[in-house]
Amino acid sequence: MIEIQNLTRIYGTTAVVKDVSLTVETGQIAALVGTSGSGKTTLLRMINRLVEPSAGRVLIDGKDTAEIEPHLLRRQIGYAIQGHGLFPHRTVAQNISTVPRLLGWTQDQHRARVDELLELFQMEPADFRDRMPHELSGGQQQRVGVARALAARPDLLLMDEPFGALDPVIRAKAQQDLRDIQRQLGTTLIIVTHDMEEAVTLGDRIAVMDKGELLQYGPPSEILTTPATSFVSDLIGTGDRPFRLLSLTPVAEIIAEGQAEGAEIPREASLRDALAECLWSGRDRLPVEGGGIVTLDSLRAQAAPTARAAE
Amino acid sequence: MTGRVLMAVALLFLLAFLASPESFAPLFEPFTRNNAPAIYTQTGLMSLTLSHLGLVLLAVIASTLIAVTLAILVTRPAGREFLPLARTVTSVGQTFPPVAVLALAVPVMGFGAGPTLVALFLYGLLPVFENALAGLTGQSPQVQEAARGMGLTPRQRLWQVELPLALPVILTGVRLTAVISLGTATIGSTVAAKTLGEVIIAGLLSSNTAFVLQGGMVVGIIAVLIYEGFQRLEQFAAARIGQG
Repeated sequence: MIEIQNLTRIYGTTAVVKDVSLTVETGQIAALVGTSGSGKTTLLRMINRLVEPSAGRVLIDGKDTAEIEPHLLRRQIGYAIQGHGLFPHRTVAQNISTVPRLLGWTQDQHRARVDELLELFQMEPADFRDRMPHELSGGQQQRVGVARALAARPDLLLMDEPFGALDPVIRAKAQQDLRDIQRQLGTTLIIVTHDMEEAVTLGDRIAVMDKGELLQYGPPSEILTTPATSFVSDLIGTGDRPFRLLSLTPVAEIIAEGQAEGAEIPREASLRDALAECLWSGRDRLPVEGGGIVTLDSLRAQAAPTARAAE
Repeated sequence: MTGRVLMAVALLFLLAFLASPESFAPLFEPFTRNNAPAIYTQTGLMSLTLSHLGLVLLAVIASTLIAVTLAILVTRPAGREFLPLARTVTSVGQTFPPVAVLALAVPVMGFGAGPTLVALFLYGLLPVFENALAGLTGQSPQVQEAARGMGLTPRQRLWQVELPLALPVILTGVRLTAVISLGTATIGSTVAAKTLGEVIIAGLLSSNTAFVLQGGMVVGIIAVLIYEGFQRLEQFAAARIGQG
């Protein structure tokens, strides 16, 4: 569990982060969203003390981070940034094993770990281990960057716009993979993004920041249906709101009895996918894999915030 | 490819000439007058070349060590305020003519290799310092951020990240210094250092163009070879970090 308590950072006379408090439960993903200059990156960097807080403190599993030497603290926390920051003079394997080597793992241990991670990120170890970063595609570099952040099995992973440099197609895949890997490893993840779509896709909790202040902190559905301020609703974008809301729930949760014609939709597909399929194929009900149906009416009901509030 | 062949030919020619200068006498005879000797024999050309190279090597190693250390110090948070001072010192080293350094150093150190070493050392500081500075400060902020974020200590960042990444640029500085020193070392012979300048000066004093030519030729070929050799090294170092 990560507890951020009254964290403030002042540069000169301006407070870049003002008295922010929030808690991230173990194994959850928290997305920090805001425009540039909102203080979200500074907040993130205060967690591993790349920026020292002017006031307030950060507790990781109840332990105050101010009591740990910064470089030792950072070795316990995974850190991945935009543009990956891979060491250009080191091979993929050397890059990934950076922190394990700092921690004094044996050669066998970190070699095994490198292969394990490359496999996890669907990169053939024999093929990729000895490549240099400049011999990889943008998507591969990004995956190696995340693999490097996870190498020493940190309980907490911090990511600063990790997908910012990727094109949209690769980005969607990378987000999906990250989500799967995070679930599999149970790592607590705090991710900074300026993209509300990304925050809704990934976050169990979303923190919206503006001008150094935390405006709202809650689950995506709450942020979407009851935005705390007009800034939050602007960030969501009213046009996309119903679709984002639908994207949060899988089809499996609203299956009804019945029969329907046409191609089946997977149980784990989102309601947004189901709606798109309805509109595209001109059907008002879809069969679901493994039995049952989803109807256009039930989708419509789910897309309105009133339905959520009543639950 | 042709470059490589040319270099090999130049090297072979140089070695052959140094091993047996007398056999090249017909080549230089047209440049002598009044039956003056075509080849300098006062001191062996080979031994002059070796001591010339030795002086340059020592001076370049010393300037590189000091200049790189200085560049490292002024790029650390604690040393940043000394940057202007370090720049001034190295620039003065470069602007002060080596001849003047010799003139000032001889009364203190006496004749011989000492004053020449000092002059070459001072003269060679600036290129290495400026390049090391550029190499250490011009690094990708993401890489620095990642190194810090993963928990490398400042010392580990220096040795494992900053210096390896600055290496190609530093090597360029060393190359410039080496080539400049190689030429400048010839004036050391005016204060009795054993360098190829001895041949050139002897030629100038006795109006024997052949001596001037052979001294200049040996220095020139070595300079070109060293220049090329360093460029290979730089390309190798740059390719390793993906800038090739």
